[in-house]
Amino acid sequence: MKSKIYRLLSSIIILTLLVLTSCGQDKTENNETGDDVQAVARARGLTPEDLLAAAKTYLPSGQKDEYMMFASGGHSGQVFVIGIPSMRLLKSIGVFTPEPWQGWGFSKETKKILDDSNPSGTKLTWGDSHHPALSETNGDYDGEYLFINDKANARVAVIDLKDFETKQIIKNPLSYSDHGGTFVTPNTDYVIEGGQYAMPWAGTYAPLSEYKKEYHGMITFWKFDRKAGRIDKSKSFALELPPYWQDLADAGKLISDGYVFLNSFNTELAVGGDMEGNPPFEAGASQRDMDYLHVINLRQAEKLFQEGKTKIVNGFSVIPLDVLAKENVLTFVPEPKSPHGVDVTPDGDYLVISGKLDPHVTIFNFSKIKDAIENSRFQGKDEFGVNIIKFDDVLEAQVEVGLGPLHTQFDDKGFAYTSLFLESAVARWALGGKWKEKNGSAGWTLIDKIPINYNVGHLAVAEGDNVHPDGKYLVSLDKWSIDRFSNVGPLLPQNFQLIDISHPDQKMQLLYDMPIGVGEPHYAQIIKADKIKPWEVYPEIGWDPGTQTKSEFGVTAGKERIKRSGNTVEIWMTAIRSHFTPEHVLVNKGEKVIWHVTNIERAKDATHGFGLPYYDYNLSLEPGETQTIEFTANTAGVFPYYCTEFCSALHLEMAGYFMVQP
Amino acid sequence: MKDIELIFGPRIPKELLIREKKRFLMPTIIIGAAALMLFLSIFMPYWKLTLMAPQYPGGLKMEAFVNGVSGDVDEIDELNHYIGMRSLKEAAELERSLSIIMIVALILLIAASIYAHSPFALFLTIPAILYPLVFLGDLYFWMQNFGMHLNPHAPLSSAVKPFVPPIIGEGFVGQFKTIASWEPGLIISFIASALIIIGLYFHRKAYKPLMETGFKG
Repeated sequence: MKSKIYRLLSSIIILTLLVLTSCGQDKTENNETGDDVQAVARARGLTPEDLLAAAKTYLPSGQKDEYMMFASGGHSGQVFVIGIPSMRLLKSIGVFTPEPWQGWGFSKETKKILDDSNPSGTKLTWGDSHHPALSETNGDYDGEYLFINDKANARVAVIDLKDFETKQIIKNPLSYSDHGGTFVTPNTDYVIEGGQYAMPWAGTYAPLSEYKKEYHGMITFWKFDRKAGRIDKSKSFALELPPYWQDLADAGKLISDGYVFLNSFNTELAVGGDMEGNPPFEAGASQRDMDYLHVINLRQAEKLFQEGKTKIVNGFSVIPLDVLAKENVLTFVPEPKSPHGVDVTPDGDYLVISGKLDPHVTIFNFSKIKDAIENSRFQGKDEFGVNIIKFDDVLEAQVEVGLGPLHTQFDDKGFAYTSLFLESAVARWALGGKWKEKNGSAGWTLIDKIPINYNVGHLAVAEGDNVHPDGKYLVSLDKWSIDRFSNVGPLLPQNFQLIDISHPDQKMQLLYDMPIGVGEPHYAQIIKADKIKPWEVYPEIGWDPGTQTKSEFGVTAGKERIKRSGNTVEIWMTAIRSHFTPEHVLVNKGEKVIWHVTNIERAKDATHGFGLPYYDYNLSLEPGETQTIEFTANTAGVFPYYCTEFCSALHLEMAGYFMVQP
Repeated sequence: MKDIELIFGPRIPKELLIREKKRFLMPTIIIGAAALMLFLSIFMPYWKLTLMAPQYPGGLKMEAFVNGVSGDVDEIDELNHYIGMRSLKEAAELERSLSIIMIVALILLIAASIYAHSPFALFLTIPAILYPLVFLGDLYFWMQNFGMHLNPHAPLSSAVKPFVPPIIGEGFVGQFKTIASWEPGLIISFIASALIIIGLYFHRKAYKPLMETGFKG
């Protein structure tokens, strides 16, 4: 009741302020303008609460957002960059899928990054980008790199936030699917990629009758070389896990630093087969009351890897399951059936397990887990010989939050926020233990719920999985939008809903709906925008973003040339407003063409494109950038190439002829 | 009397120098200060051109130093090619390459004028006094030279007719508003000129009596 009055009061104050400021600006129109705000609100049916939401999210032209959200692009294979609180789409970064605007996957350099991630013998054309992870320093986002996994083919990408471009995509040599990634350790020493569907090691075959023996789960620790800005495969390794279906993961922080937690389901070892008379997976994998939280001692695992206690699978180091079990590098804690997210509290002392099929979040105490492992207090072993800690021994609390809890993030005031898929709501609940002093609650109690529209998967709080969360904003990543937007046919956009969580003593307020009409995003992270310091133009003319160094193929004005040797024609071309040099390129049919294009501009925003018809190329050349295309001119004809960015008033004149003589 | 004294005037008798120190120190300090200012101006911009257009929030800026230009020169050149103006790098190449030597020469001449105790001092400092005007004259020459000799085959040659950009104040070219301003380097070289003139007044006051007695006596 009290909070309702407060809200009403603040709405009135905002309205009054709006009226007053508009009066102040122009005295001659004071009453009219004052009436206008109200008239517009009346005409559009806006409540004072709506106006308040508008005032909290509207950004006048030229003002910038306080936060940036990196959201996975789902099966678009991309990453979306969204401003908060305005919820404006700022960019869509090409990652697992070719993206013409950025020339991503067209130039030789970017093609190589995509091709390097193909499993042998196939050429992938899509990805299911899932969980973005910003690089961290001491457990807080540092704004330098972004990682994301492709669930469909078990790949991990590295994006450099100096230019918001993908630099590396690495294929997991063991599996075709992943889900527990990407997450990073507190200083980004490792990028974590946990598997999803158990399978024989990639590229091998085993019948389902040998499921228990020949099928494996896995988690891979990719060593990140921050200086090089790349994952170093030679220093990376994986753990062989039982053929449960591993799900989401999280890295420990502060007191739990050095540990990694991974949820699982299908500890029933169901193999499905509904046509064969077996229960379908959805039932078969949901029989047991408890599944296993995997507790991994990463430091110990690293030591085993360095000592060479590994086997080599597909050229990659894997620590065998029996070694992990024997050394207690892997231990299990029972967790209520088929959970989804495991999320570590900001100071690393508790793990929050979201029930999915259980209306509770289950909170484990990390110190108790560590103590149980160190003192070998186990209830027994699973059928693969892994020690199991007693549930009650490490349980801190269970909070009944609602139906279908999936993921949890935290604010700066000692509250946790859990998405409730089945209930279409977000729950705010108070942490217990020492957090009680901060949030003033009785501890481990549900505080508030807000309905969302509809079926929330992940949620993201500003810096909400950091050691120092910011609170303020929460985005609910809703899978269904049903009636929220104009009908655009049977395939509906998803809905990102911005929620104000800045006042724990008030109800959470829904501020904004953002339709996502490009793929199905899974997870997002929200970083303070001023932590990211990208380049405005590339540092030098002739820059290769693929290596982030000066390209040997870049040229400056006056150095353009066409060189013919044998059957190969090599072109060094420049682009500047509003011409390419050269404007004529003449080759003979069947000749190999190597074509380097350098944008020699130094002005911010002076990007040029290079579109070549028939041969199917489009490049994006940001100021200073050099890119190369390479092909065989196997069709004779005249092919006009042109700048595909509207670069200047004489943009249409920025063209040339590629002549292939028969 | 030595020959040199015919040009540089008589030396100051020691007891007179001790007795009337201020009288002889005054012109030395003022003219010396002018030399110092001229030296410092080497490190400061002389002239600035700001181009304002909607698509360049904050404008494009070009600052001219005696020996070069800095700022958004490449971008201004890039825009100038549309109207057929030559690259700014081609302007006043000789002047820029000689500027430091010339200014050092001016400073040496000023130093020599301190040594001169005769009207010859005026002759020695005239180049330094006129220097800022010569700079502006040269700037105007190049503005005129560049603005009036546009390449007739340039893309926008029919839209922008030859013009002379102002060397101070506002002008308009296409969608650009241009603002030319005099910067600290030029201003302190003007101050140096003024100081020299003031210094010469005190110089005359100090040495004229000496000259008269020196030559007579």
